[in-house]
Order: sequence, then C-alpha cells, then structure tokens
Amino acid sequence: MSIWEYANPKKFMATTAPVLPWLFALAALAMGVGLVWGFFLTPDDFRQGSTVKIIYLHVPSALMAINAWFMMLVASLIWLVRRHHVSALAARAAAPVGMVMTLIALFTGAVWGQPMWGTWWAWDPRLTSFLILLLFYLGYIALWEAIEDPDTAADLTSVLCIVGSVFAVLSRYAVNFWNQGLHQGASLSLDKEENVADVFYIPLLVCIAAFVLLFIALVIQRTHTEIRLRRIRALEGRAQHAGRVEA
Amino acid sequence: MKALLIRDLRLGLRAGGGFGLGLAFFLIVVVLVPFGVGPEAAVLTRIAPGILWVAALLAALLSLDRIFALDFEDGSLALLATSPLPLEAAAVVKALAHWITTGLPLTLAAPGLGFLLNLAPDAYFYLLASLALGTPALSIIGTFGAALTVGLRRGGLLLSLLVLPLYIPTLIFGAEAVRRGADGLATATPMVMLAGITAGAFALLPFASAAALRVNLR
Repeated sequence: MSIWEYANPKKFMATTAPVLPWLFALAALAMGVGLVWGFFLTPDDFRQGSTVKIIYLHVPSALMAINAWFMMLVASLIWLVRRHHVSALAARAAAPVGMVMTLIALFTGAVWGQPMWGTWWAWDPRLTSFLILLLFYLGYIALWEAIEDPDTAADLTSVLCIVGSVFAVLSRYAVNFWNQGLHQGASLSLDKEENVADVFYIPLLVCIAAFVLLFIALVIQRTHTEIRLRRIRALEGRAQHAGRVEA
Repeated sequence: MKALLIRDLRLGLRAGGGFGLGLAFFLIVVVLVPFGVGPEAAVLTRIAPGILWVAALLAALLSLDRIFALDFEDGSLALLATSPLPLEAAAVVKALAHWITTGLPLTLAAPGLGFLLNLAPDAYFYLLASLALGTPALSIIGTFGAALTVGLRRGGLLLSLLVLPLYIPTLIFGAEAVRRGADGLATATPMVMLAGITAGAFALLPFASAAALRVNLR
C-alpha cells in the first residue's frame, strides 16, 4: 500500500468523492465560526477600530495564495518525475484558486489600507510581490489554456512553474531592496512576542483552518472536473475513430 | 557552436530587418516619453534611468519570438536537436546571438538616447555598464520564454505575458544602478546583483529552455 496508488484517477475519484462533501461542510462551518467570532465577538482595536477585523480574510488568503503556488510546484515536480496525470491536473486545478486568493489578499489589503495608511495602494515590497505573484498566476493559467495537447501543456507549465518559483523568490528580495515598506511584519510566527494579541489569535487560526479546508476542497473538486473533462475527450475521440472505421 | 553562432548572426542581420527594428523601437519609445510627461528638463532627468531601462527591455522583448520560430517552422530546430551539440548549448548560442543582435546595439545606443532625456552627466557610465551587464540576462530569460511558446501559432502575446514578470528583478537592479550613479551614490550592490542574475540565468536557464524545446519537438 503506497501513496502512489491514489495517482490512479479512478482510485483518486473513488477515494475523494465521499470525503468531498464533508470537506466542504467543514470548511463552511469553520468559516462561519471563525468569521462570526472574529467580526462580532472580538473587541475593536485600540488604534485601528473595527478595521482590524479584515485580518480574518486578509491573512488566511495571503497565506493560501503563497501555499497554493507551493502546492503547484510540488505537483509539477511529481508530474515531471513520476508522470502521474492526477498530479498535473491538480496543479492546473489549483492555479485559478490560488489566483483568486491573491486577488482577495490584494483587495482586502487595499480596503484596509485606505483608512489606515490613507491610500489604496503603495509600492511597498509585500504589496508589490503579491502583484508579481498575480502576474505569475496569469502567465501560468494562460500557458495551460494556449496549448492544445494536454501532455505538452502539463510538461511546459511544470517547467514554467519551477522557473517561476525561483524568479518569484528573487523578485521578493529584489523589491525589498528597491523600496522600504509600509506593511507591518509577520502577524503569525513562532516568536510569540511578534504575534497579534490572543483575543484575535484564536479566531484567526479558525479562519486559517477554514481557508485551508476550502482550498483543499476546491482543488479536489476542480481536479474531479478536469478528470471528467479528460474522460469525455477520450470518449469523443474513440467515437470519432469508430465512426471513421465504419465509414 | 561557432558555426551555429555565425549562422544565427547572419540570419539576424540579413533576414527581414529584425536587427534595426529593435533599435528603432527603442528610439521611438524614448521619443514618446517627453510627449507624455512634458518637456520639463528636471522631470526628465529624474525618470530617465527608469525609462531607458524599460524601453531597452521592451525593445529586447520585440525580437524574442524570432529566436526559435523560423528554425522550428523549417525543421532546422529538429536537426539541431539530433546533432551532437547538446540542446542546452544550442540554447546558450541562440541567446548569445540574440544578445549580439539586440542587447549589444541597445547598450551602445542608450547613451545617445540619454541626451534626449537629459540624463544626469554622471549616469552615462553606469547606464552603459548596467545595460552591458543586464541585457544578456534579458536574452537568456527571453530564450526560455521563446522555447516555451515555440509550438504555438500565436505565441507572441503569451510570450510577453510569461517573460515580463521574469524580467522584474533585472529591471529593478539595472535601473537602480543607473539611478544611484546619477545621484553619485555607491552602485556596487545593484551592479553585483545584476551580474549575479546574469551569471545565474546563464548557468541554470539553458536546462529549462532545452527541456521545453524537447517537449515542443516531441
């Protein structure tokens, strides 16, 4: 029994299909609890007022935006090394989700930045690297869309994902050098001193769990769709071929 | 390798005017900027380093799709792949040929265009040096983008979308070096970073380009 058995599309579908509704339900539950707790049951911040509460959407989405790309990188490597189609399709399925997470992070950041920093947008290193990340997602998705042959597309996007990861990290350091930031430091780290206060911390963790669950559920759902799409194409191809043989 | 380089240079210089086109584009972008922002000398001096770098970057982008497209269409790329020369080396040679036909002329033309934008007198040396160090990176990164999109019929637009985000670090350090040079500050850090990006890109990206070419030739 090895984990690679789940690389079989049929086995993957059969295993994940019953889990999927539970994942969605759990994500919805955690999201509801986390957001209600965060929005209504925590006190307003002493300086920031109620705007501080946007943290419950901003931090988890920003976290997932980066981790989605990381997941795509791992899935791409698995595809290049072991040629499991489910892996390539999972990477493809994750890209739009990651892109939307990036957009949510940018949007909520702008909404918070307007009253706090007095501007919707600033060329701050963190903001800028998220904008660059968005461009990487766009390029990756566009390359998937542009190539017709699925295996070629999977190969080329995997190579792009690996090269893009290196350049994304490089850009992160380059923009740090290029401009000093307005953005505050880490909201979550192992160093307790830096963290947000405990009252905000626990609902924030619930929200992060909700975003992780939602991401996993969406990626599995989209991977199912991709596998079904692939099956339909194969069936169509077979039907066409049969028609040609008869004629 | 030498034969391939000479062949590519000949093709680049003779066929279809791709050689002069990048330079003309560079000139036009630089000329358009004062019409957009106004002719005030102080403003132009301030933005000149950035404009010159961005314009050079766009001009280099213009000829990227020609790196592999013609060879792919007439089959000589497949011949290259089966020749004893490794595809990685072919990618390096192609990037080098692209740099000699676009990056190098752009570098040499940039000081002339600096006059048009009223570039600070101290910055000319740094403009030349940073472009000379940075444009090879633009060529090798662009070669990777061209290798990714060579099999596509209308890959040009996609190529820009893929390559431009990869150009960001080069642009940041290149323009920063010129800006610091203009202000009389120390330029060692951005220059070293720029050289590092070029060296690193030349060391690693040919493998990615060759992998993408092999997939496209399959």
